[in-house]
Amino acid sequence: MTAVDTRAAAHLMEGSEAIATAAVAAGCRFFAGYPMTPFTEVLENFAKQLPPVGGVCINAESELEAVGMAWGALSTGSRAATGSTGQGLSLMQESFSEITLAELPLVIFNMARGGQDYFQSTRGGGHGDYRHMVLAPMDIAEAAELTQLAFFLADKWRNPVLVYGDYLTAHTQQSVSIEPIDFGPVPDKPWAVNGELNGTGNSRIVSPLGFAKTGHESVGIERHLRRMQAKFAAIEKAEVRVETGYVDDAETIIVAFGTPAKFVRYVVAQLRAEGEKVGFVRPITLWPYPYETIAQVSEGARSVGVFELCGGQMIEDVRLGVLGRAPVVGIGGISTDGSGFGVGPLLDVDIIRERILAIHRGGAQAELPPLPDNERG
Amino acid sequence: MTVTQPQPVGPVLDTSVAPPGAKKIADIKPDLLLTGEHHMCPGCGEPLALRIYLEAIQELGLAQRTIGVAGIGCYTSFSGTMDVDLVQALHGRAPSVATGVKRMKPEAIVFTLQGDGDMVNEGLQEILHTAARGENVTCILLNNGVFGETGGHMTATTVIGQRTKNSLEGRDAEYHGYPMLIGDLIAQIQGASYVARGSVHNAGAVARTKRMFKRAFESQANNEGFSFVEVLTMCPTGWFIPTGDGPDYLQDTLAEIHVMGELKVDGVVHNTEQLVAENTRKAEEAAAAKARDLADKTGA
Amino acid sequence: MTTSTVTIKSRGSITIDTATCKGCELCITACPPEVLSMSTAVNHLGYHYPQLHPGCTGCSACLFICPDFVFEIFKFDTPTLTEVQVDDSFATTVAAGVGEMNA
Repeated sequence: MTAVDTRAAAHLMEGSEAIATAAVAAGCRFFAGYPMTPFTEVLENFAKQLPPVGGVCINAESELEAVGMAWGALSTGSRAATGSTGQGLSLMQESFSEITLAELPLVIFNMARGGQDYFQSTRGGGHGDYRHMVLAPMDIAEAAELTQLAFFLADKWRNPVLVYGDYLTAHTQQSVSIEPIDFGPVPDKPWAVNGELNGTGNSRIVSPLGFAKTGHESVGIERHLRRMQAKFAAIEKAEVRVETGYVDDAETIIVAFGTPAKFVRYVVAQLRAEGEKVGFVRPITLWPYPYETIAQVSEGARSVGVFELCGGQMIEDVRLGVLGRAPVVGIGGISTDGSGFGVGPLLDVDIIRERILAIHRGGAQAELPPLPDNERG
Repeated sequence: MTVTQPQPVGPVLDTSVAPPGAKKIADIKPDLLLTGEHHMCPGCGEPLALRIYLEAIQELGLAQRTIGVAGIGCYTSFSGTMDVDLVQALHGRAPSVATGVKRMKPEAIVFTLQGDGDMVNEGLQEILHTAARGENVTCILLNNGVFGETGGHMTATTVIGQRTKNSLEGRDAEYHGYPMLIGDLIAQIQGASYVARGSVHNAGAVARTKRMFKRAFESQANNEGFSFVEVLTMCPTGWFIPTGDGPDYLQDTLAEIHVMGELKVDGVVHNTEQLVAENTRKAEEAAAAKARDLADKTGA
Repeated sequence: MTTSTVTIKSRGSITIDTATCKGCELCITACPPEVLSMSTAVNHLGYHYPQLHPGCTGCSACLFICPDFVFEIFKFDTPTLTEVQVDDSFATTVAAGVGEMNA
């Protein structure tokens, strides 16, 4: 995906630092957020990195204000972002909806507590007909790359993009190299406000309501919303990103995203080496979702397992992709530490291996080993 | 309430064209307004505030560097008619949006336009923190003590006794709580440099409020920190009174509690007694001026 | 009642865009020299609108108080004078310098 040699000038850094560094490299000059584990260090790193490059990071008084500030910064044409955990993002949903309808290129970082925010990220907790793209990195290097991609896609489509990480994305370290990535040209921003055209009859308005200034054709809310739907359809066509492995002759397909997908990838590779016909699908974009890939690989599969760290959310999209071609079964579950940050004993290659083998050998009806309990209860 | 109707004398003059030999001294609408047409109700005070802050921006030479952020209320429909770059915000969120705009465009003059429902109900936290951060923006509150757009419902600034659709017998402190005096509250915040409460219930008040706008924008242009202009506006529809009674109702109800005047100038807070004394003096001046005009009419 | 002729001085004047008026009547009471009255006719929206009588000072009070942007304000270098017939009570009231002509 990238032409950058990540071995050059690589150094060990925490995911939070990598994300902020990548955002700044992508030209992000404004960030506002409210501390919340495991997102807090992302905010810390923006606070450290933005001022030296002439940017601004505001420790907002609430998530509602953080997203509002980003909204304002975006309106001036600046690259801007906000973020939180899913809990904090719940508070921002009203604005996400309207920012999407105002066609502002917001980038959102969710350092989620496990996989529990899949619905929130892909369906949105806000009102009305809107969609935003969701990128789900499996590790820190990919998080750095997808962060830069997020700013590009946001500008390309004038649409918010959410980067879905978790505790491990934010809090573990990896050796990465971060250089600005050129994804190609992005459209100009003639809509950005600066006041210069005031009084000429051509002043601008950034509005989610389809408003235009008097004397200019007003799209109107209905046509505006229909136009948005057409844009979403175009994004669905153009921006699906997915990684697959060993799927051609796989009898069992495992679908996973984000950090857990990295574990699944590893286990599947191990099993393949042992001659087991298993494969994996890793959606990198959660919206638009790789339904077609899921459909193709499930053709002829005996069962499709979904490994996610939650009660079962992405499994609904997998079923929509599979559409009855094979039985779909959840092999993940709720697993968390005592603080609820989503770091539980289920995220373990041996345990994942057992669960994959259970359905690979016993089919979708197989009884899964019991979920491991968090020692601290 | 009875409003004394004047009975002018003499013929009706032709006012369809400019009178020959006369010099125009005031335009029909501000330059920064694309059209004077709007969908506000008869007797609404909001367009009066609109006129004077747009004129203030123009007269201060700030027109080509001003960016507005509009909240949600009746006044939202001006977002399309103001010839000023504008960001449409959510209900209550304009001060945060303005913060983002200003931080990225420090050279711009950034204002918010909000009503009492927007600012004092939904967005109280945002306005207070924006003031506390000393954000160098100007927040404008159009305060009519009622949710006008929904049809006359109680807000956080509705005064005791005021009838609204959800305080039918009048706002009762025991049942509904007390009104919030937002201007007074903001004046106490260190980050606020200029805080004023004007009104548009008569021409004198309009002229005075326009001066407040000028001072607020000047304060922003001088990077003095947060500035705030609250304007009491008539909402005869939401007050359930005849349009012509709006100004007197405003004077007798809202303005009794939300006392007009400059609440903070150059960081110095003015107390209510000082404001009342100032208002009494101005009312006497206005009465004297009116008497002079009447006498002058035939005193050739 | 007897009438007499008085000369009314107009130092200013206005134009009125009667088509956009919504008939709120705020200008009527706002006018310091009390030279505005409401029409008996209505505009295309069905609203009565203000009309001007002699005695305008060009003070702009109507413009300041008008929510519908209907007024433009003018001043004369030399006031225009209009002779009008008034009843005696008018002359008495004005001569006394009392603001309320019909209190």
